[in-house]
Amino acid sequence: MKITRFLKTILMVDFVTGLLIALREMFKTKKTINYPFEKGKISPRFRGEHALRRYPNGEERCIACKLCEAVCPAQAITIESAERSDGSRKTTRYDIDMMKCIYCGLCEESCPVDAIVQGPNFEFSTETREELYYTKEKLLDNGDRWENVLAANIKSDNPYR
Amino acid sequence: MEYINQVFEEVYKILFLLVPVLVSVAMIVWLDRRVWAFVQKRQGPNVVGPFGLLQSLADALKYIFKEIIIPASSNKVIFILAPIITMTLALIAWAVIPFGEGQVLANINVGILYIFAVSSLGVYGIIMGGWASNSKYPFLGSIRSAAQMVSYEVSIGIIIINVLLCVGSLNLSDIVLAQQNIWFIIPLFPMFVIFFISALAETNRPPFDLPEAEAELVAGYQTEYSGMMYAMFWLGEYANILLMCALGSILFLGGWLSPIDLYPFNMIPGVFWLILKILLLFVLFALVKAVVPRYRYDQLMRLGWKIFLPLSLTYVVLTASYLFYFNLLPTL
Repeated sequence: MKITRFLKTILMVDFVTGLLIALREMFKTKKTINYPFEKGKISPRFRGEHALRRYPNGEERCIACKLCEAVCPAQAITIESAERSDGSRKTTRYDIDMMKCIYCGLCEESCPVDAIVQGPNFEFSTETREELYYTKEKLLDNGDRWENVLAANIKSDNPYR
Repeated sequence: MEYINQVFEEVYKILFLLVPVLVSVAMIVWLDRRVWAFVQKRQGPNVVGPFGLLQSLADALKYIFKEIIIPASSNKVIFILAPIITMTLALIAWAVIPFGEGQVLANINVGILYIFAVSSLGVYGIIMGGWASNSKYPFLGSIRSAAQMVSYEVSIGIIIINVLLCVGSLNLSDIVLAQQNIWFIIPLFPMFVIFFISALAETNRPPFDLPEAEAELVAGYQTEYSGMMYAMFWLGEYANILLMCALGSILFLGGWLSPIDLYPFNMIPGVFWLILKILLLFVLFALVKAVVPRYRYDQLMRLGWKIFLPLSLTYVVLTASYLFYFNLLPTL
């Protein structure tokens, strides 16, 4: 037993085996992707950039119930509401401070009308802090831009809700 | 006038050697990172230039534009001098490396001693850097580095004695020419292995990168350095690694000689073979970095003094007795 161990040490068997394994692994396919050019698959439940959705007729979904504002653990959401001319309650202000937000997804879960959602976009870095104070216009704009993906995601997640 | 011409000629020669060496140092850093990444199944640097080849150039540019911070309590002269010394000494040794028959900057008869002396001096850059920083991590790192490099230089020296016994000359070109019949890696294979491992320790490469063991010493002697001064340490380190690879291929792998002395192979210029051998050794260096975990400090010292030193000394006796008994000693 001792002799085998001695021979193993002298001949550096373990080291050479390790080297051979390294050589073999070198030519296998890479586990990482070439990020800006290739992107990984994102789950439909992915919690990325926020968006406010609209109904197909163009009406905002948000009814200013302020559940998201109440549930937000980081208190990143600020909502002000007023009665519109047709008597419905709508938001006059819907701000999200994206630097406070912890992307927990509670706003999305609490929303009774699927108005505020977190989309698949995670590449919204900016060069100034000001650009990360999202306003209602910005959020609605996001909703319009991502609506196809958002609707598909909500649909695919529907059986589990 | 003639004197000035001679000076210019020498300067051209030096530039003709140093510029390719520096460029290949930059390339070798890329190769190192790439091989390391490939073993770990990552992509490695592949964005700047074709296959990321210009990555080191981009890094160098970044280093140049970074601010050089000199700690207030440091010994400023020595602090600035340390990286300069490291890089100069790493480059100066290339003067005696032969790239082909007669293609050598300084064909001196004590070439191997010169390299040995210069690489020993290399410790000074690190000690000075660590000491002048006046901070605990660089100091500890440089002490470790000094002890490590001194211990492994001893075994490298004795390994070189083995080769010199077979050659009978200290001239590097003669050492290569003595391998025309058989490369020294075949009769002296155990010495080659020990040389390789000692070279890893000598150049502070993993698994012997204790002077800059980031888990214990932040970045060792480089901790307080920034900008171009850090880059110079880094260039010197890789130039040293390249030098050790070149030395290994000259001492054991037949330098510029082609592996087979047949028609299509011996038509290829010797530089090509030397570069191929250096690259081969370097890829081995990079693979070892990816494979082996870092040694503990006492293990490192034990390996150097209790295993490599007796082994190589025994091998010197063996080689000498063999050569003497069979009357193969080279005639001087």
